[in-house]
This record gives sequence, C-alpha cells and structure tokens, in this order.
Amino acid sequence: METILSIKNLHKRYGKLQAVKNVSLEIQKGNVYGILGPNGSGKSTTLGIVLNVVNKTSGEYSWFGGTMQTHEALKKVGAIIERPNFYPYMTAKENLELVCKIKGISYNKVQEKLEVVGLYDRKDSKFNTFSLGMKQRLAIASALLNDPEILILDEPTNGLDPQGIHQIRDIIRLIASQGTTILLASHLLDEVEKVCSHVLVLRKGEILYSGTVEGMSTNNGFIELQANDNKALIAALQNHPNITKIEEEEGKVLIYSNTNIDPSELNKFLVEKSIYLNHLAKRKNSLEAQFLQLTGK
Amino acid sequence: MKRLLSIELQKIWKNKASKILTLSYFILLTFIALIASIKINIGNFQLHIAEQGIFNFPYIWHFNTYIAAILKFFLAVVIVSMMANEYSYGTLKQNLIDGMSKKEFVTSKFLTVVVFAGVSTLFIFILSLILGLSFSSYNEVGIIFSEMEYLIAYFVKLTGFFSFCLFIGILIKRSAFALGFLFVWNIIEGIIIGILNFKIFPDSDFDKNITQFLPLESMSNLIVEPFTKLSVIKNIETTIGGAANLKDYDVHWYSILIVLAWTAIFISSSYYLLKRRDL
Repeated sequence: METILSIKNLHKRYGKLQAVKNVSLEIQKGNVYGILGPNGSGKSTTLGIVLNVVNKTSGEYSWFGGTMQTHEALKKVGAIIERPNFYPYMTAKENLELVCKIKGISYNKVQEKLEVVGLYDRKDSKFNTFSLGMKQRLAIASALLNDPEILILDEPTNGLDPQGIHQIRDIIRLIASQGTTILLASHLLDEVEKVCSHVLVLRKGEILYSGTVEGMSTNNGFIELQANDNKALIAALQNHPNITKIEEEEGKVLIYSNTNIDPSELNKFLVEKSIYLNHLAKRKNSLEAQFLQLTGK
Repeated sequence: MKRLLSIELQKIWKNKASKILTLSYFILLTFIALIASIKINIGNFQLHIAEQGIFNFPYIWHFNTYIAAILKFFLAVVIVSMMANEYSYGTLKQNLIDGMSKKEFVTSKFLTVVVFAGVSTLFIFILSLILGLSFSSYNEVGIIFSEMEYLIAYFVKLTGFFSFCLFIGILIKRSAFALGFLFVWNIIEGIIIGILNFKIFPDSDFDKNITQFLPLESMSNLIVEPFTKLSVIKNIETTIGGAANLKDYDVHWYSILIVLAWTAIFISSSYYLLKRRDL
C-alpha cells in the first residue's frame, strides 16, 4: 500500500509546554483517518508541523515516501485549518485563482470546485460578504482545487450551524466516496465515527490509541438484556461461565465478557433456565464512551 | 519568478486601498512637473522657478530624484500593509499550506519591492527627460545623460527603504504599529545623530563616520539636498556669507554599498524571522 504521510516520534515544545509528545503515524492511500482529542491535545500542532507552518522540536515526517520537499509535496495536498483564511477584499473566484497560481495549476478547476461546494452563483462576491458556512465551503473548494492526494481537515465544522455542519459532512462524505485519502481532526466524536475508518486518539500531546475504529470497540462490546423478572435474570447470568461483569441500568441488564458471547447461545442458556427475554441486543460502546474512557484516565 | 510576482501583484492590485495609494503616488510624482509653473512675485521682480536652472541637465537628475524620494512614504504604507495583512488575514499560513515555501514567500515580497523601486526610477527618468528637454538650457546628448548615478542612487534608496518597511511589517505584524515603529525609528536615529554630533564629537566631524551606517541615515545620504547647489542660491550665499559653501553633492560608491548591505540584512532577517516563527 502506498504511504502518503509518515510521522515518526514527533515532538513539539512551546517553552515549558510539551504540545506534542512522541507522535508516530502512517497514512496509507485510500483510508479516512480521524485524529481525536479534547481541545489543546496537540491535534492542530501536529497538523501544523506536517503542513510547514509550525517548526518541530524533534522527530521526522515525510510526505509521499520522502521523495520531495515539504512545500512541493503540499502542492499535492489539500488542507484547511481551524478557520478559513482568504483575502477579504477579493472575490471567491479571485481567491481560488490565487491558490491556483501558488499551486502552479491552471484555472480550469475553479468553476468545477465552486460548483461542488455550491458557491458558483456567488463566485463574484467578495470573501468578506460570506457567512462562516460559506467561507468554510470556499476553503474546501480551495483545498480540492488540485484534486489532492490527501485532504486534511482541521475542525471543519467548528462554529457552524446545524445546516452548515450537515453541508460540510455531505461534502466530506462525497469526497471520501471518491477514494480520496482524508485526515480529519476533530473533537466531535460522532463526526469521526461516521466518516473515518482509522482513528488516532490524542491527549496532552500523547497517543492513547491508534488503529481502526472497529479495533477500538471490539474488546468492549456488551450485551443488553431485559426480562420480566430482572432479578431472576441476574441470578441466572451469574452462573454463566464467560461473564465478567453484570450491571443493571435503567431496567436493562448489561453484561460484559472478555470472550465473544454469541447472543443466540446466551438466549438458549437462559431459556434452559426458564427465563424468557423481552429484549436482547448486542451493542458496542459508542466512540464517545470509549473516548471518555481513554482520555478520562 | 513571474509566478511569484503575479501572485504578489494580484494581492496588491485587488486591494482598493493599496491600489489608490499606488496610483496617487505616481500621480503625485508627475506633479513634480508642476514646479515648472511656479512663479513667485517679489515686489516687481518675478521669479520663475523653471527658469532658475532646476530643470537643466544634468542638475535635473539630482533635483527630481531628491524630490521624488520624499513621496516614497506612500509606497511604504502599501508595502508595510501588504506584509502585515498577511498576518492579520491568516493568509501567510494559508499560502504556506497551499505549497508556497517560506523562501518563495520572502522572494515574492522582495521582487515586488524591486519592481516598485524600478518602476519609480523608470518613471522619474522619463519625467525628468521630458521636463529637461522642455526647459533645460543644455540639450547636448553628452550632458543630458551625464550624472545618471543619481538614478542608480534613487533606485538603491527606494529598494533599501522598502526592504526596511518589509522587515518591519514581518517583525511587528500589524500595519499601524509597524508604521508607528518606522516613525519612532526615524526619531531614534535623529536622537543618536544629535547626541553624537553635539555631545560626543562637538568639535569634529567624526560622528559622520558612525551615523552614515544607520539605516535611514545611510539612505538619506545617498542623495544629498540639491537646493544649495543651485546657482541662484549659491549667489545668495556668496553675497551673504562671503565665500561659497563647499559641499559634496556626489553619489558615493560606499553610500550605495552601505544601503545595499542594509537591504541584504533586512531581507535575510525577514526570511530568518519567518523561518523561526510558528504560525
């Protein structure tokens, strides 16, 4: 598989503050990666370093297997960071044309990308007349101008209204479906859960988890049960060999196990004990629950 | 190079304030020609400025470049804000992310500075040529194109000054404060010159050896004031003072060298600052 970005043992210090501590990451072509972490966990700093705007303290990173200089590599990358930065006195079209000049590409994608983000009818409006949602969509159009190998998005829905968030997500999903590699930094978990295949969890600059989204949840699956008599149910479950923990929550019994319990086997086991369930569901911990578990330590 | 320049010129030209300032600068430059129409009445004696020899070749090169350099502050505002705006709009960060290297960024700004200085010089050259051909008493080709070093000095002076503005813009990041700093720096140099001249070396000219290395002073040393060189004024001086004031009006190679050195220092420090800073 083709490696797009590889980060090795990256450190960043701001005076006494260690913003990024020993972060390593490999980004493979075609995957959608999420970087999760509370505010101030080093997400933006990490992205800033690989995007050539923040100087690293130590460590290495290389784009596209280290075959080109960072600024040359960035011409093949589309990135938007925190807030959209454009020249307020230029129109949407002029701003995008300037980006074309910087990236050294022709203007013929400007119209197409403005259409993708639904701003074509406002192409001749000045940037400072745009709403935040429109500014953010223009930023996405600008990041897409060169049909990038990888799209980096740092908090793309920050500060947007629900409609704006929805529009941005639709655009991201559309781009992901076309096979573009995406790196999405966010503190919004459902955002990452909905679009990402891989996830990196950061806290105080340190990696807490790195792997697939499913991988983060496999060990933590649980089964939700309910019977007319929950007390009898719990008593019966205590005799089951593979159950490590039983909890009762809002009238439902939650059971945890370190092995993978088959729900139908469990059902059979309970029927044999004359307990008939009115609710049985296998659940995975939401990313949010796991994230809180990981970062709460 | 063409790419970098076109990026930068788009940034400036699309900005209404910069566009107006740049245009007013060139319009005001042409107003130097209006000096030609100044007539002063002293009693029943009429002094027509244009006939006093200020438009004579080669004196006109000295006179016009000196006067035109006063207007450089218009472009200084444009250059300081073109740099400081990149910080306040966050577009410096965006330009780098879009794939511009820090070196290219500084180069594109410096190219703009050189273009501004070059266009100003060309403009003054053409303007002076026209004025001179209309009013000069001497029209021999050899005289017309003599003392052209004032144009070189003018070009170096503008390049040096604009590079200083560029550096301040990067250093301070806010246009208003950067322009304030330029003003304050001017005063600081004045104080240094004053102290050296009147307190430390009151009886000698040794202070000039030191002060010629100050950035703004070195730029102003490139073209010394042309007024006392004029024969009318000289006549008045000899009448009043008895002897003509012997002053050196020439452009010196070492003055040019000092300003070029400052230009190199300002541009490389700009790059260094940009490289070291986290955005």
